[in-house]
Amino acid sequence: MKNIKYLFIGLLFGIVLVKSQVVSWFRIQEMFRLQAFHMYGIIGSAIIVALLFILLIKRFNIKTLSGEQVIIPTKKFNWGNVYGGLIFGLGWAITGACPGPLFAQIGGGFLVIGVTLLSAIAGTWVYGLLRDKLPH
Amino acid sequence: MDFLKQPWPWYVAGPLIGLVVPALLLVGNKTFGISASLRHICAACLPANISFFKYNWKNESWNLFFAAGIILGGFIATQYLSGNQPVNINPQTMALLKQQGVKNFNGLLPSDIFSFKQLFTLRGFVFIVVGGFMVGFGTRYAGGCTSGHAIMGISSLQWPSMVATCCFMIGGFVMTWFILPYLLQL
Repeated sequence: MKNIKYLFIGLLFGIVLVKSQVVSWFRIQEMFRLQAFHMYGIIGSAIIVALLFILLIKRFNIKTLSGEQVIIPTKKFNWGNVYGGLIFGLGWAITGACPGPLFAQIGGGFLVIGVTLLSAIAGTWVYGLLRDKLPH
Repeated sequence: MDFLKQPWPWYVAGPLIGLVVPALLLVGNKTFGISASLRHICAACLPANISFFKYNWKNESWNLFFAAGIILGGFIATQYLSGNQPVNINPQTMALLKQQGVKNFNGLLPSDIFSFKQLFTLRGFVFIVVGGFMVGFGTRYAGGCTSGHAIMGISSLQWPSMVATCCFMIGGFVMTWFILPYLLQL
């Protein structure tokens, strides 16, 4: 099973999300009320560490385990980044969870969040349905 | 072991999350992102002839394994590493939330909002169902979430991800400051 390694990375990621309380609705409230540094510190230091490693990978042309060139696809701007971003932001402050924490909360025993996840899947589906009619 | 059971500070958790990016790149040339898994679930379960869902999702199944891993990690952290302790939030935030109608501060989530019992109240429906819908719709419309845009996108210096992340924050501020107080009263 070549995909088991991703399950393992996800597992470690899930543990960090819970232990750092990123999955807590209260922490997201604190963040959006600008009353704690915690979430900003986490996201900021995650970006810096990821940035340093990407620079190292590029600088020394580090290959993947199977010897491939590392490829990072370029993201092209479209207005969905703005409209969708705003809608997600509004929702994020309500649920107190972005998609990663939704999965971690379910695993953490908050089974009602399974309903939130189903609803998020429905939202994704409706986006797919309406995509051609939405401004991008 | 004692350290593991305490809540982890940001300077431990943040860098560990950052390491997920090079880990996925080097293990299999995968870019960090979670909301795409919701699209793959749609493509796998209910493509309904919608062009956005007509692709071979099995090629992306690593992402579903990654998501399943997060569920397992959430389980392990709460069961064995005392992950569901009361969250030590800023007393000001707590006072404000109490004023706005939140009562239960005993876990990671306020159980007086997020529970099956509350699901059938207007407030519970808004927080559990409507909020979730906006997260799923918005992330796909934006082309990513906190992981795909804020962490993966910005760390690979992609300006559209910077724009998207700013919009996430603007949406969150507007909701928290101007709309949420009313939603909490529902």
